[in-house]
Amino acid sequence: MKKKIPYRSRNELSDTNSKRVFTRRAVLILAIQTGILSLLASRLYKLQVIDGDKYIKMAKKNFVSKRLLSPPRGRILDRFGTVLANNKINWRAMIIPEETDNVTDIIERFSDLITLDEHDYARIQSNFDHQRRFVPIMLKDFLSRDEMTVIEVNSPNLPGIVIDVGTKRLYPFEDLLAHIVGYVAPPNDKDIAQNGILALPGMRVGRAGIEQTQEDVLCGKAGEVQVEVDSVGHIITELGHVDSVQGQDVELTIDIDLQKDISSVLADQSASAVVLNCQNGEVMAMVSNPSFNPSLFDSGVSHTQWKTWMEDERSPLTNKAVAGSYPPGSTFKPAVALAALEAGTITETTRINCSGHYDYGGSRFHCWNKYGHGSLDLHGALKFSCDVFFYEVARRTGMEAIYNTCKKLGLGVQLPIELTHVKSGLIPTPKWRETYKHRWNIGDTIVSGIGQGFVHVTPLQLATYTARMATGKNIAPHLIRKRNKILLPQSSPMFWSDLNIQPNFLQKVRSGMFAVVNEYRGSGNKAKMDFNGKLLAGKTGTAQVKSVSRALRESGHFNSANLPWKYRPHALFICFAPYDDPQYAISVIVEHGNAAASVAAPLARDMMIATLKRDPAKNNDKEVNKDINSNNNEDTSKDKKVG
Amino acid sequence: MVFEKRLLRPEPNFKILNKLQRINWLYVGLVCLLAMIGYFAQYSAGGGSSYPFAYPQLIKFCVGFVIMIGVALLPPQILVKLAWPLYGLAILLLLAVLHMGHVGKGAERWIIIGGIVIQPSELMKISLVLLLSSWFYKMNWQQMGNPLRLVIPAILVLIPVMLVLKEPNLGTALIIGFIGATIFFAAGMRWYLILLVLVPVPFLFKIVYNHLHDYQKARITTFLHPENDPLGAGYNIIQSKIALGSGGMWGQGYLHGTQGQLNFLPEKQTDFIFTMIAEEWGFTGGICVIGLLLLIVVGGMIISMRSCNQFGRLLGVGITMNFFFYCAVNLSMVMGAIPVGGVPLPMVSYGGSALLTVMFGFGLLISVQVHRNSIFGEEIAKKKK
Repeated sequence: MKKKIPYRSRNELSDTNSKRVFTRRAVLILAIQTGILSLLASRLYKLQVIDGDKYIKMAKKNFVSKRLLSPPRGRILDRFGTVLANNKINWRAMIIPEETDNVTDIIERFSDLITLDEHDYARIQSNFDHQRRFVPIMLKDFLSRDEMTVIEVNSPNLPGIVIDVGTKRLYPFEDLLAHIVGYVAPPNDKDIAQNGILALPGMRVGRAGIEQTQEDVLCGKAGEVQVEVDSVGHIITELGHVDSVQGQDVELTIDIDLQKDISSVLADQSASAVVLNCQNGEVMAMVSNPSFNPSLFDSGVSHTQWKTWMEDERSPLTNKAVAGSYPPGSTFKPAVALAALEAGTITETTRINCSGHYDYGGSRFHCWNKYGHGSLDLHGALKFSCDVFFYEVARRTGMEAIYNTCKKLGLGVQLPIELTHVKSGLIPTPKWRETYKHRWNIGDTIVSGIGQGFVHVTPLQLATYTARMATGKNIAPHLIRKRNKILLPQSSPMFWSDLNIQPNFLQKVRSGMFAVVNEYRGSGNKAKMDFNGKLLAGKTGTAQVKSVSRALRESGHFNSANLPWKYRPHALFICFAPYDDPQYAISVIVEHGNAAASVAAPLARDMMIATLKRDPAKNNDKEVNKDINSNNNEDTSKDKKVG
Repeated sequence: MVFEKRLLRPEPNFKILNKLQRINWLYVGLVCLLAMIGYFAQYSAGGGSSYPFAYPQLIKFCVGFVIMIGVALLPPQILVKLAWPLYGLAILLLLAVLHMGHVGKGAERWIIIGGIVIQPSELMKISLVLLLSSWFYKMNWQQMGNPLRLVIPAILVLIPVMLVLKEPNLGTALIIGFIGATIFFAAGMRWYLILLVLVPVPFLFKIVYNHLHDYQKARITTFLHPENDPLGAGYNIIQSKIALGSGGMWGQGYLHGTQGQLNFLPEKQTDFIFTMIAEEWGFTGGICVIGLLLLIVVGGMIISMRSCNQFGRLLGVGITMNFFFYCAVNLSMVMGAIPVGGVPLPMVSYGGSALLTVMFGFGLLISVQVHRNSIFGEEIAKKKK
């Protein structure tokens, strides 16, 4: 090496050993460096050229994002196509805090253009406290066209404020149908775990009534949009689009006009009424008073509102027609009569003497008429609603037989109605009593004979039982008439089989109920009507909610009208019409209405007249082809883009 | 032979103009070319705009260029005198950064003095090279053979290594250690000693790993299994590989790299600048950059080998090694070959502190080149013999 480098001679002083070793080692270092860089170059070649395709695919996935589009919820219609629940387009002003420098300043400027009230400010503030990054916060919804123009014009001064479109569930009839249609509310985590679509913004889930039971039908299918996004999810361009599918429409059996009529008959009493089509079980109207406004649930109910509802002893949130459980009182007597006829413990000619009271096993049971009815057969017993007759009949028949007949009639069983919180009522049996470690007394059977004691039914069960007795068909009440414009088979009278009770027994009871209303001195004379020759048959019922002591009753000063409201007896009435060709069955209960004959019977008559006038069942035969699509106005958005 | 003629010119006391003439402008040109690539990459990282990266980087480069040429004119006599003060300053700054440094990604690394962001560990690397060179040039071959004489320089290396470890910045601590070791090796440390030191290294690694911070352990585990945590700690590695891969042979075109321009690529203007270049220019662009880096490294090694004095040789090798480590670690990191560790690509990545220290280093290297015929220090070594 020495010889190869000519200037070496100039540096005789240098440490040749060190220099030689250094050169050798520097070459080694350089070789290592070159080697490492070459390795890196070959790795680069592998990544970019050999595996390139694989990574190009991953890159595509990286910047193409699939986003689901929320489907609009299906509508709920009445039997004539009137919209009962709909979606309304909702233009909203939103703010994205990350895109503004000074949020308070922007909101200040915004409020100069669009007025925000204190409620809005409170909501915005609470949204800010729980905001996730880049999730817009709503400033104001239901913007008018003018307001939108004002915002658009001033948009340069309002960085971070965007207008987007959503939908809100609208109930045009508000509290008139609240218990049937139900309401929707924002989904919670549990709902989302069950149905992923609900995680999409703006989705609502049914929380009560039809909205809840028909959730699967109403919900719809999510659409999909493919967009190019950057790493924080900002949309750059849209690549593809599949529209969401709106949920199917659900058409109810309800006639909204009849519902209005029935509701106005009940006025503001705490009451419930059910109108059934006897022939096929369609619920024509179902009213529970008082009611509430279901729209309040869409954006969340305030605490004070909730408290008011909860403290109201007339319980506005409860659908009394299916969730109210009442002692049926004398309206139960036809069922007992049928049970006895079926069991053969009486015949139509069996006579029982009423002396005003009935003594059994040391207890005395009173008839409502303390002077007694004398000797009565079944017809008379129903007509006068004699208690003693049915005490004796019940004792003879026994609770098991009564229970079996009631089951056929729809009492004390869970009816398959498409609603939530449906109660099954109760027809007690000794076996049931024993599960609670109590002994069944004959006295319990005796009071059950007049629909008191443990017996409890719902207004819907009463209407169903009336309809079954009227037609002899095993109809079940239902609320859904069409799904997605297709008529369901249950709407046809042919769908329903015959009741497993001998027709002549039913006829005996029906004629008794006819006598109640139409014969001289019948207990339900006040319900008598003659609508174009169509007559009504029914049965009254006054159900005690508090027992009356013997001393008080015998003092002769007892008058239930003097009791506090919540201890007064319920007033009930069941009826069907026309008598010779039953079409409609109605059950009415006025909570603590005191006297059935004077309170419930006239109401039932008015309702029946209203029903026969409208005759909503007529469109069963000649399918009113009202074009549902013509109602598809701008209220329903075809789809909704998700930001 | 042009070089020969230049070499035979009279050695000492030549004027500034003379020195400027002796600078190997070809080498300076290579450095400037690298800076130019950096400028264009920063322009792309800014989304096709001079701001916020490209223009400020250009200003810093101009400042760095003046420093580089200025340092290049300093003779070794002066550089030796600078060694201790610089080392002391770097140690002080390291201590300062430990107590009031700014935390970035779980590690304290930088400090702001008078509005300038300083990363003391960058300065430390250069001043350590300078100090070790000025320590070893006085030692001749025989003295290098005495292990006891290597104890003090070893301590000089270990002090900054420990301080940087405490920051805690494992990557930089290892690089400082390696640079120190390279100079020991180049200065003529005996092979048996080298082996003696190397044997316990695996055990040392084991101990160090046990003392690693959680975020550092996470880096190592995600490096080994990046797919386990694609949106978390493994995100950087996966996104970098995707960007490189989608570049292909010829690239997606300048300013059109999807991953980089859509911000999927993390820290694309600093650590992952090479990824962005390779995505936009493809393998062709990537191999050109690597080629340029290799040229600069080879040039640096040639400069050191051709120096007539031990000080210049060691200084040159140290500086070149420093530059090489930056490049190798950064490239391995973005290609997913080693755990990600916040090491920039010199001259190309955005950031003033690294740029200025690297250019200061090039200044030293060019000074070695300019003063290669100086027989500075050789008599000392000779006398001691």
